[in-house]
This record gives sequence, structure tokens and C-alpha cells, in this order.
Amino acid sequence: MSQARLMQGNEACAEGAMAAGVNFFGGYPITPSTEIAEIMAKELPALGGTFIQMEDEIAGIAVVLGAALAGRKALTATSGPGFSLKQELIGYGCIAEIPLVIANVQRMGPATGQPTSPAQGDVMQARWGTHGDHPMIALSPWTVRESFDVAVMAVNYAERFRTPVIILLDEVVGHMREKVVLPKAEDIEIYPRRKPNCTREEGYKPYTPMADLVPNPADFGTGHHIHVTGLIHDETGFPTGSSKVTEDTIQRLHQKISRVQDEITHYDEFFMEDAEYAVLTYGGTARTAYAAVKMARQQGIKVGMVRLMTIWPFADKVIKKVAQKVKKILVPEMNYGQLVLEVERAAAGQAAVISLPKYNTEIFTPKEICTAIEELATEVVK
Amino acid sequence: MRSYEKYFRMNRLPHIWCPGCGNGIVMKSIAKAAEQLGLDQDNTVIVSGIGCSSRASGYMNFDTLHTAHGRAIPFATGIKLANPKLKVIVITGDGDCTAIGGNHFIHGARRNIDLTVILFNNNIYGMTGGQASPLTPTGKKATTAPFGSVDTAFDPCELAKAAGASYIARGTAFHAKPLVDLIAQGISNNGFSLVEAITQCPISYGRRNKMGDAAGMLKWMSENAVPLAAYEKLAEEQKGDKFPIGVLYQKTAPEYSAEYAKVIKLAQGGK
Ligand SMILES: Cc1ncc(C[n+]2csc(CCOP(=O)(O)OP(=O)(O)O)c2C)c(N)n1
Ligand code: SF4
Repeated sequence: MSQARLMQGNEACAEGAMAAGVNFFGGYPITPSTEIAEIMAKELPALGGTFIQMEDEIAGIAVVLGAALAGRKALTATSGPGFSLKQELIGYGCIAEIPLVIANVQRMGPATGQPTSPAQGDVMQARWGTHGDHPMIALSPWTVRESFDVAVMAVNYAERFRTPVIILLDEVVGHMREKVVLPKAEDIEIYPRRKPNCTREEGYKPYTPMADLVPNPADFGTGHHIHVTGLIHDETGFPTGSSKVTEDTIQRLHQKISRVQDEITHYDEFFMEDAEYAVLTYGGTARTAYAAVKMARQQGIKVGMVRLMTIWPFADKVIKKVAQKVKKILVPEMNYGQLVLEVERAAAGQAAVISLPKYNTEIFTPKEICTAIEELATEVVK
Repeated sequence: MRSYEKYFRMNRLPHIWCPGCGNGIVMKSIAKAAEQLGLDQDNTVIVSGIGCSSRASGYMNFDTLHTAHGRAIPFATGIKLANPKLKVIVITGDGDCTAIGGNHFIHGARRNIDLTVILFNNNIYGMTGGQASPLTPTGKKATTAPFGSVDTAFDPCELAKAAGASYIARGTAFHAKPLVDLIAQGISNNGFSLVEAITQCPISYGRRNKMGDAAGMLKWMSENAVPLAAYEKLAEEQKGDKFPIGVLYQKTAPEYSAEYAKVIKLAQGGK
């Protein structure tokens, strides 16, 4: 594992998931995510794992939810149209607190859109795609190596918080090949499946939250006779119409993530020490933005870059600090302007937030972003 | 305590179903089949969809999973493949199984994966108040077919057979005792089994179609359900509303999780 290998983002994502203990994959083919399924089909049996190609993406997530409940660490992978189909059951995973990872290699939509051009158009869908209130964890890598790390992290977060975690790849990162050195198996930390804290005889309730607000529902087939439902349920796991339990449940689901928000907010900063302007970026676009920021620096423009790996929950605190420091924040995205809305909200008027959207099937060029930075720097702040 | 009561979560009863509803009879038949087979509660999982019938999972004393509308079969597929030693029973309604879940139903049958699907067929969407389902007979009334349904109904047993299921049976809430045996045989079959249980929904179907109360609907079942051998001897013009019950079809065929175990063995160098 520790030798340098030339690999694709999708491949690194699949390898990372397996390295973190994923031994079940269910899904339905769709470009540009299909390599993940193909790798899983080939690799999992040798590990004693299971691959199944389902009849559609809804079945793809359902089969994985079932497998997770029966003790497996499970992954499904898809792209735009398939991601839309999975939404109802992503919500099921949230409320029934089932660990699950969904890799979504974004492509241009809506609908079949412009297949299979790169886009970052599912950022808001990842957060709000399923109905009802629920928290969401979504991670977006910008390199092949980081696709591996993000997959490991996603599996661990899914297990630790018992919730669906979304890996937001884009076509750029998913299909790009880079030389990477992967960590050794023994250097990868793995969060184990949570286990019941007591027996049925001792009054085990599968949905009693522990100190971290996460419950320990038993895996099926371990003698606990638990009930799992998508209805609002109390600590026993059985449905209840109580408005108090409903309110407490929705609150706890949010709090189990919000209480660790700082810990799970991953980002990096470049050239920010003396920055007067910042480029806020993520995923494949961050690669171009990085080159653009360096070009602008050569012209003497004091611009830095903040790259988010954690897209959801949104890095409010990070943005707030950036907004206090710089005059303007530029947000290039391969969409009509999605995450920029969150940046605006978090910046709360402390810095001007400028959207640089792109939605014509082409990826940004460094020149394009650099020109936008030059404009930032020359325009007088009103 | 009756001997099959250990298969119920007695503290979760009474159930939410209307007086006269047939779901309780079918659920009890599942418990009795479990008793007949001595099913191990630690290694049996009941998976249901959404609907009146699908609420049965919560009353049964196993690991139980109440999924989303139509999706019980793919959830069950995941459970079975994740841990093939588990017996997995699916409880589903006619809308759940053949409308929104229709694609999953035929693909489950095609894989011949070892699941036993108990289809509670009340010919209507009970939970949502009586809309037409793909198993509502042509001409019958529903809130969404106020002039009588113009749709043609599926025969879910023929559908499962064509799709590849290896055990197919039909029973009724009236013929409760034979239903127990049909379910027990389905659970014993190593492959995809369908047991269609005709049951009455007096509230959302019977009343609207002038079939009387629960007793009247059960009487209709007793008059129209005919054992397969006898049914096959009927002339076409004698068939009318009549339908065959009993084991309708059986075959031996490779079971999916066992076939996949071979793939694992092969990939691991045939150890
Ligand atoms: C995705 C989705 N669509 C629609 C519904 C509403 N719904 C709940 S139960 C049901 C029909 C149930 O009918 P059936 O499966 O025949 O079961 P029964 O209630 O008759 O036992 C419908 C349409 C839902 N819960 N989810
Ligand atoms: S609506 Fe029909 S199926 Fe539902 S509980 Fe009442 S009688 Fe039973």
C-alpha cells in the first residue's frame, strides 16, 4: 500500500472506503461514478465482502441500509440523477440512525443535463435534498490522495455518529489521475461499529442516546430483537405520536453533529497571513483557484485561499474569521452560485462576497479566476 | 399463554387495525408458522414496507424493520446478503409490493434470493383511505376510481412465477389454518417465496364495494377460493370471481446468497 501508484479519484475513494472497513456495496451504474462500483465488484469478494448491482438507485441505497443494519460497513455510489433518487432513503438513514456512506460524483444537471460534464451543482441537494429537518455531513476532496482520506473519514463519521455521510466528488477529481502514496493499513484509524451497552434483560433500549448523543442500536442477528422504523420513535425504537419526543428527537439529531462541528470542519488556508482578499473554494475548482491565487500573488495582489473539505455542516466560524480579515471573498463554483449563499450568510456583511459561477460544461481556467481576483483588487469597495 | 405468543411483542398489542380487519389473521398465521418451524427469534428478521399491513412488523418479536413505502424487498436483500444465516421474512401490502415496490418485487424474484414475501392483499390502499392499487380488480370502486377501476389488475403469483420465484402460494384470511402451512413452506423454501394472503379491508374496500362487513368478505373468500386442483378442472365460464389457492408453483433453482458465496470462495482462491 505504501508504494506510489497512479490512480483516479474514484479509485482512491473506493480504496479508502475498503481501507476503513467497507465490505458491502450496492448501487446502480452511472457515469462518472461507475468506476467505484466496478472496483467494488472486483475487489470486495476477495475480502469476503459483498457487491450487488441493484435494479435502480433507490434499491441501491435500500440494500446498503439493510446491510448496515445487519452489521456491515456499507457504501453506495452514484451521480446526479441517481443522487436525486436516493433522497428519500437518505432521510431514512438520518432518522433511523443507520451508518452509511453515499459517494456522489457530481455531473451537470438538472435531469440528464449535459452528460457527463463536470459540475458542483449538488451542493445544496446534499444538504437539503431529503424532506424534513436533519443534519448532514458532506465532504469534498480536491486531490486523488484526499479522495482516499475523505472516504476513510466518511466511513468513520458514519459509524461514530450513526448517520449517512455524503462524499461530494466532482467529475474533475473523480476522473483525474495522480500519483499517490497511500497510507499503510496499520496507520489508518478505524471507528468500530458501536455496540449495545447492556443486554435485553438489563433493559436495553436501542435508541437511548449515549453521552455523545448517539445511540447504540444493536446489529440485526445479535439477539436483541430491536425494531427500526422511519417513524419518529422513542428510546425503545417504537413509534410514538408524542410531540415532546418528536421535538427532542429532531433536536438531538442536530445536536449530535453540531456539538462536534469544530472537530469535523476540515479546511486549509493558503497565503492567508497578509491577505486582503480571499478565494473560498472546494473540490476540483480549488485546484484551478490555487493556480490562480499564485498568479495573482506574482502580480503583487495580497490574495489568499481557503479551501473547504467539509462542506456540511457549513464552516460558519471559518468564514466569519476570514470575513473579519479580508475585504472581499471570491467564490468560484461550477454551478449557478450555490455555496456562495452560505458564504454570504456566514460573512454577515463583514466582507463583500462575490460569486464567480460557471455552468457551461467547462472547468475554470486559472486565468479566469485570476482575472476575477484582479477585478476584486482594482474595484473600489463601495 | 398460547405457545405462539412468544413470537409477539405482547406489550405492543393491541394493534392499530380497524375492527374486522384481516391483517391480524394473517399476522397470527405468520406467528403460527414460526412456531411450527421453531424459528429462532435471534436469527430471523421481519422487514416491512409502509401501509396498514406493514405495521405488523412492530408487533412481532424478532429483529424487525419497518422501511419506506415499497422498499422492503431491497432492504431485506441487504440484510440477507450481509448475513446469509438470517431468515428474512417480508411483510408487504398490495400497493407496497406491486405498485411502488413492483420493480423490487420482480427483481427479488429474478434473483431467487432467500426471502419469504407475505403479501397482504386487500385489493386496496388501506392506510391512505381506499385508493386503487394494482391489485384492485377491474370495475371495483376506490376513492381514486369512483366510477370503478378501468385498470387491469396484476396476478402477483403469475408475475412472481414469470420473474423467477421458486415457491408461490396463495391463501386467504378465511382459510387461516392452511395459510399457516403455506407460510411455513414458504419460509422453508431456500429461495424467493411469495405467499399471497387474500385479506379483508372492510373499511376502505368492502364497504365501498358493497361486499358487506368483515364476515361478508370472509364469506366471499370461502365461496370463491378454490384449491388449485379443483380450480384447474373448472370450465372457463365457471371461473367467474373464483381463484386458486394452495401451493401454485414450486421449483428448485440456485439461490442468490449461496451463489454469491461461491463468488467469494472463487475470489479467495477457492479455499
Ligand atoms: C413514497 C410514499 N408514497 C406514498 C406514501 C403514502 N402511502 C402510505 S401507505 C400507502 C398505500 C398502502 O397500501 P398497501 O400497500 O396496499 O397497504 P395496506 O395499507 O392496504 O395494508 C400509501 C400510498 C408513502 N408513505 N410514501
Ligand atoms: S383501513 Fe383496512 S387494511 Fe387498514 S386497518 Fe382498517 S380495515 Fe385494515
